[in-house]
Amino acid sequence: MLNYLLTDEQKMIKDLAHKIAEEKIRPVAAKYDKTEEFPWEVIKVIAASDLFGLFIPEEYGGMSVNVMNLCLATEELSRACGGIAVCYAASALGTFPIVLFGNDAQKKKYLPDLAKGKKLAAFGLTEPEAGSDAGSIKTTARKEGNYYILNGTKHFITNGGDAETYTVVAMTDKNKGARGASAFIVEKGTKGFTFGKKEDKLGIRASSTMELVFNDCKVPAENLLAKEGMGFIVTMRTFDMSRPGVAAQALGIAQGALELAVKYSRQRHQFGKPISSFQGIQWMFADMATEIEAARALVYSCARAVDAGEKDIGAASAMAKLFASDVSFKVCDMALQIHGGYGYMKDYPIEKYLRDAKITQIYEGTNQIQRNIIGLQMIKDLAK
Amino acid sequence: MGIQIIQDKCVGCSLCVKACPFAAITMTNKKAVIDLNKCTLCGACPPTCKFKAILLEKPVAAAEKKDLSGYKDVWVFAEQKKGKVQSVAFELIGKARELAGKVGSKVAAVLIGSNMEMAAQELLCCGADIVYLVDAPQLANYQDEPYTTILVKLIKKYKPEIVLCGATFIGRSLISRVAIKIDAGLTADCTGLDIDPDKKLLLQTRPAFGGNIMATIITPNHRPQMATVRHKVFAQPALDKSRKGKIVKETFPPEDLKSRTTLLDIVEEVEGLVNIAEADIIVSGGRALGNHENFKMLEELAQVLGGAVGSSRAAVDAGWMAYSHQVGQTGRTVAPKLYIACGISGQIQHLVGMQSSKIIIAINKDPDAPIFKIATYGIVGDVFEVVPALTKAFKKALNK
Amino acid sequence: MNIIVCIKQVPETTEVRINPETNTLIRDGVKSIVNPFDMYAIEEGVRLKERFGGKVVVVTMGPPQAEAALREAISMGCDEGILITDRAFAGGDTWATSYTLCHAIKKIAQEFGAFDAILCGKQASDGDTAQVGPGISSWLDLPQVTYVKKIEEIKDNRARVERMTEEGFDIVETPLPALMTVVKEINEPRIPSLKGMMRSKSAKIISWTARDIGVEAKDVGLSGSRTQVVKIFTPPVRKGGEMLEGETADKVNKLVELVKGEVTG
Repeated sequence: MLNYLLTDEQKMIKDLAHKIAEEKIRPVAAKYDKTEEFPWEVIKVIAASDLFGLFIPEEYGGMSVNVMNLCLATEELSRACGGIAVCYAASALGTFPIVLFGNDAQKKKYLPDLAKGKKLAAFGLTEPEAGSDAGSIKTTARKEGNYYILNGTKHFITNGGDAETYTVVAMTDKNKGARGASAFIVEKGTKGFTFGKKEDKLGIRASSTMELVFNDCKVPAENLLAKEGMGFIVTMRTFDMSRPGVAAQALGIAQGALELAVKYSRQRHQFGKPISSFQGIQWMFADMATEIEAARALVYSCARAVDAGEKDIGAASAMAKLFASDVSFKVCDMALQIHGGYGYMKDYPIEKYLRDAKITQIYEGTNQIQRNIIGLQMIKDLAK
Repeated sequence: MGIQIIQDKCVGCSLCVKACPFAAITMTNKKAVIDLNKCTLCGACPPTCKFKAILLEKPVAAAEKKDLSGYKDVWVFAEQKKGKVQSVAFELIGKARELAGKVGSKVAAVLIGSNMEMAAQELLCCGADIVYLVDAPQLANYQDEPYTTILVKLIKKYKPEIVLCGATFIGRSLISRVAIKIDAGLTADCTGLDIDPDKKLLLQTRPAFGGNIMATIITPNHRPQMATVRHKVFAQPALDKSRKGKIVKETFPPEDLKSRTTLLDIVEEVEGLVNIAEADIIVSGGRALGNHENFKMLEELAQVLGGAVGSSRAAVDAGWMAYSHQVGQTGRTVAPKLYIACGISGQIQHLVGMQSSKIIIAINKDPDAPIFKIATYGIVGDVFEVVPALTKAFKKALNK
Repeated sequence: MNIIVCIKQVPETTEVRINPETNTLIRDGVKSIVNPFDMYAIEEGVRLKERFGGKVVVVTMGPPQAEAALREAISMGCDEGILITDRAFAGGDTWATSYTLCHAIKKIAQEFGAFDAILCGKQASDGDTAQVGPGISSWLDLPQVTYVKKIEEIKDNRARVERMTEEGFDIVETPLPALMTVVKEINEPRIPSLKGMMRSKSAKIISWTARDIGVEAKDVGLSGSRTQVVKIFTPPVRKGGEMLEGETADKVNKLVELVKGEVTG
């Protein structure tokens, strides 16, 4: 790895997450992949390590908001299991709206428990009919006295069912289109808020993906984030913060797959030699390592730009997510190929990496949507 | 005091560089240079230098020189539990006989317990010339303090030259405490004991630095010379019912039998009964087994063979097997007639715990696994295929 | 409840590799770690502090770089780290080491007040002697309980604990202060928190020499050792035997033929 001039604190975060990954995650990764149970035992360890504090300000019990730090932690955790890492990263995704747009009372109420990992957060945007086309969401929020009444269904919600704190986007004014969306904090256990089916996924199976069902769910008006109509601004700003994290997850999965492949190639003998001694294999490693390093440079630069308060971060964070996830899938594919027939078997951990990597090309905006964002930005820049 | 390279003698052969367990020696201008920040004065290098170029000084002030004459006999602490002398004690008496023969002295056993007369007799039959018997109801079960007091007093009274003790939970706790009180040297877990023919010193050999290097250790200036030895390292001598010897009963005042700690209960666990150290056949599993359930396959094979199930450290650390099954440096040392290693790669830690088995069978998918280097018979293959086939074949062969 | 935890820095040996030609250890990249058994002692000390309040002082004897081991212990929740370091300590056997630690502990008691328990790992992974813990209690004339797998209760200055045995465990009650050596069954050492790591980075490590703890060079290290290494050698390697060839069934049948005698006899 190149020297990215990490601060002492960042080195500590990386070491800590590495230790958790190796000691607590790697030994149980296959188990959770198989059972699809929520990895509470690992989440508790991560919570005790203060890593949930990396996306929450100090005054609310966190370690200060720093996307670069979050990326370092997510990358290291993902090296051992992309599924368990996403349980962590999804809580950041669900927390960012409160960090970015919550008022002091909301922050005081929700952030301390999230910072300590006592509770997890989740972000509820996607609906059965509204994936990439987020503007077409159908969930509504009708104001009634001191409450908003939510109706509708969110699906594919990471940490759904296991999180306690949800930030949910719903239409307060259908006629205004995207400008009629608003974001709310909804607590698990609120009357009228139930969970639908749990998805049976290809990868990241340690994480839970569930439907959120709102049936005349009464949410106190003080749980509205920012103002009515700000829902999409909240979403976009949240994604700007969280996308480097998804990119870091992809990066970690790729790094983990490469390491497994190198290790395997030194143990596996064919034609009387370890396969690592063949140039064909070495060239594959060279390509994998180079692309991973390029992705890392992009992801870290993007995260640092976010932390530096850079405003127009949309295209850069889309690039990081797009590139890192494409690299990740490609690297995992090559790593599996190096494992040959054994790689195709569940006895070896590598096939899981390929399954886990795939989702990074899809969620938090498919890579096609990322290209749209980047492309549009190019045109906008030209029009300036 | 310290260590130094005698420049004139050093020929730059770099044997010492290889011998240093702490990577403290490097070659500069064809001479060995010792990094004193890394060197621990462990003593590994001087003996490897063929040119006597490494000087490790250990001054012993003349006043410190103790009068070592008057120390004689080879003693064995005969550990008993529930009135039964532990087999390691018999093994040690066998070894003590050999050592006593070389120095021309007697073998004595120290037996502490309650109603131990019969057991004392047994020790005589096994090769002891004398049994110092301390018999009192309060001493029925081991307790650190009274046992320490008694052993210390006996050693001071009779001045044995050598004291051997089993490296068991009890033995290690007791003898380490005793060694300090009587100002004696103590070497743990010896795998070899011998007498230096010239100086008549006890040569205590044990694995060092991870087990692939052996160190021979002496106690030059203090007596007794004390060592612990693990169970099954030495063979148990044959019992000779006609052997005669002396049982010397020793009594101690009540204050010597007191203990600040109180033993409230002794709990035996079923898990603990899987005494792999006693088994003649061990079927052992490692990382490749993948989970606890898969160890059932090994249990089946073990059952057919009348053996016990062992485990590598990796499987214990992963929580698939209890620690009581662990074979290796941090687990148990075993020396069965037949050791079947299933999916165990053969880390050095594991090897030191089982390499004195009579026959070692290794089953592993990886043809380069280190275990094959020491296995009597090796099968390259998937444990999940080979082990069930082996169980079936043994069933047939044994008509079970 | 004030606790002293004795730890040792050891080479990471779980992945020791051996050079097959020279049969020597490959030392490149071997890290120094806290003796794994001592991690349980650190964790138990911190847990006792969390249960009963008080302070945990962690002490190690070793070269200056052993400071890292103390910082790791502090990151897990220990309060003070004390490094006993002096060239004079080098080469000490268990006699000299326990003597040195005994004096260090006496000084700790002077500086930080009386303690209720000394915790040690059951043994160090590099030497595997299990002699230093009982040696310290012998020097200090403290009651000891070795191989503790559970501290059940602490009340009225007495601790009720479970001591592991070959067959199971004993339940033992000891007055405090006492020395206990602990086994891995006792707990699962925590992963340090980020805040703990930050605290440990800036923590002040107290360093004491032989003179500071009031011992003479002749009584410690190599000079003070009662034992002495006279020879180092590589043990004869057990030679590998026969690799069985053929289909699984052939291999298995051949094997059964070869070892049947051992099983029936």
